[in-house]
Amino acid sequence: MRKVAIYGKGGIGKSTTTQNTVAGLAEMGRKIMVVGCDPKADSTRLLLGGLAQKSVLDTLREEGEDVELDDIRKPGFGGTWCVESGGPEPGVGCAGRGIITSINMLESLGAYEESEGLDYAFYDVLGDVVCGGFAMPIRDGKAEEIYIVCSGEMMAMYAANNICKGIMKYAESGGVRLGGLICNSRNTDREADLITELASKLGTQMIYFVPRDNDVQRAEINRKTVIEWDGAVPQANEYRGLARAIDENKMFTVPTPLEIEELEQLLLDYGIMEA
Amino acid sequence: MLLRHTPKEVAERKALAINPAKTCQPIGAMYAALGIHGCLPHSHGSQGCCAYHRSALTRHYKEPISAATSSFTEGASVFGGQANLLQAINNIFTVYEPEVIAVHTTCLSETIGDDLNQIFEKARREGKVPEGCTLVGAPTPSYVGSHVTGFSNMVKAMAQLAEPSGKKSGKVNIIPGWVEPADMAEIKRLATLVGVPVTVFPDTSGVLDAPLTGEYTMFPQGGVTIKELKASGDATATLAMGEWCSADAARWLDAKCKVPCTVLDMPFGLAATDRFIDVLRTVAGVTVPDAVAVERGQLVDLISDMHQYLYGKRVALWGDPDQLISMCEFLVSLDMQPVYVVTGTPGKKFEERIREICAGRPFEVKVKAKGDMFLMHQWIKNEPVDLLMGNSYGKYIARDEDIPLLRWGFPILDRQGHQYFPTVGYRGGLRLLEKMLDQFLDRKDRDDPETSFELVL
Repeated sequence: MRKVAIYGKGGIGKSTTTQNTVAGLAEMGRKIMVVGCDPKADSTRLLLGGLAQKSVLDTLREEGEDVELDDIRKPGFGGTWCVESGGPEPGVGCAGRGIITSINMLESLGAYEESEGLDYAFYDVLGDVVCGGFAMPIRDGKAEEIYIVCSGEMMAMYAANNICKGIMKYAESGGVRLGGLICNSRNTDREADLITELASKLGTQMIYFVPRDNDVQRAEINRKTVIEWDGAVPQANEYRGLARAIDENKMFTVPTPLEIEELEQLLLDYGIMEA
Repeated sequence: MLLRHTPKEVAERKALAINPAKTCQPIGAMYAALGIHGCLPHSHGSQGCCAYHRSALTRHYKEPISAATSSFTEGASVFGGQANLLQAINNIFTVYEPEVIAVHTTCLSETIGDDLNQIFEKARREGKVPEGCTLVGAPTPSYVGSHVTGFSNMVKAMAQLAEPSGKKSGKVNIIPGWVEPADMAEIKRLATLVGVPVTVFPDTSGVLDAPLTGEYTMFPQGGVTIKELKASGDATATLAMGEWCSADAARWLDAKCKVPCTVLDMPFGLAATDRFIDVLRTVAGVTVPDAVAVERGQLVDLISDMHQYLYGKRVALWGDPDQLISMCEFLVSLDMQPVYVVTGTPGKKFEERIREICAGRPFEVKVKAKGDMFLMHQWIKNEPVDLLMGNSYGKYIARDEDIPLLRWGFPILDRQGHQYFPTVGYRGGLRLLEKMLDQFLDRKDRDDPETSFELVL
């Protein structure tokens, strides 16, 4: 089983990209479990056709510790298993601890056992690696490969670089590796070139360039992944392409994060910060 | 040799503390809260914290320490402790009927960021706080400071209950700091003797030295009342004993309620008690009565009578900053030599203060804030002392090195009397002197050769 974590700046499209890619992988016949690690619990909405999922932590809160696997995972599009960690309301408690709790619970309930026959486990993680909890999916050999969703915008790249620092820390002690950057296009100038260059500086690759297409939003309104909504539109093929790229990926590296000056220089070189 | 692995060579350590001379913040907060009349301390965190803090206090004061807990589980750590605390407040006021709940936080609830004031506000809005009852709260993460910090934080929270009426009450606030119940009673006795009406807070006398009557009361007679705390904003002055224990509360009253404050050393020993009486006299505009002068004279008398046995004696001390500062000064004034001084509580000012007190004396003081018993032991191994003074944790060193130990400070887990016999004031000074002399003279009687064994000392 390959264990994959998706990180990236908040609002960059991690959940959308993850679910659409998972749909692509499912279409290829892969068996996948998606674990949403976001207190908002909206990482599996498109696969499940709505927010139909009771989160692990809600279940824990209501049922106590006597939880069973079927209480917390639901079958979604293409035979995927969907799990939402959930977490506290905004502004209280500890979301990081919530992720630790729910991943530990999934493990102890045997969600990752070989008997489950999984080809992939995907962790869709909220934003940045701000604390130990958000690093949970990359700690002690949980996720082995990481993809960072980014775009040609400064802050997205800055976040990507920062996440690389987190990965580097855990890569030294464990087996976690960076599989590449997924560019979720914002239609900025020379975006693909810029991210390719950033990727090479980080010691990785731009594994796929996902163009901007309003069909993604149309599918989202219908609570579906693009592939499920209309598998014939061009964007569906893009996600199939990304799914294939991940499935065939062989490049796993320990990232080499940039100094902030280097990062700014990159933007200058690619003309975005032209004064 | 229980501590046989302690090496003589002192190596520099940065990250490691061995037998630190301090404990958790909430222990201090819980002790301070017990000095409020009709108060149930509440620990906002997991059960183990509360259990440990209660037992730490019980072992020292030999009294049942009642305290409630928010009883955090995994769920509370993730979702925040609000639901638990709200239910606790409701349960406590319903079942145990205290007048006050004093909530302190723990490492866990601080780290997840629970906001006590917001939760208190919600409890009040939802009618969970009965008419006339009070909630008071203090942040006490144990990864900051020490038990002294927790004590100070709770005392400050008590001061923040002040509601100035705009009319001066003529009373003087005394914040005694972390001293024994008997010490608090002694401070009140001295103030009464001088003729100054005072509000002492916290005041654990009558709470943690309560008599056994055959009938259990959860809330004994003693403790400062909420009414008195509210009126503390109308006082003429505040005397705060101890920079670490009491100054924050006094300064808050000064800044917010315009009650001028004087931060004093704790009144251990002659000079510190002199200063206390002097400030008391000045702020209240009274003359010191003869009765106080007599007590002082008795202390001076015993000092001069027994000076030969005290002169040049080397002492190692550990404990809390405010207590150690006064004790060092007392020892130096007796021509004794406090050569090693360690506190686990952080504070560079502490080290400076101790060096100041020992400056110009015929010995060199080694002092360490944020220190530990391991270092203290290493120093002693390099050059021994005649007396150890501190809490019970020094008994291992005392045994291994065969040095007499005078138990003083917190915690004392293996001897009694500290709750009942004060060591503050002139009378307290007499008691300290008696205890020191007992140690020196017992040792002398044990060790002197038969040829110089004397009946009269």
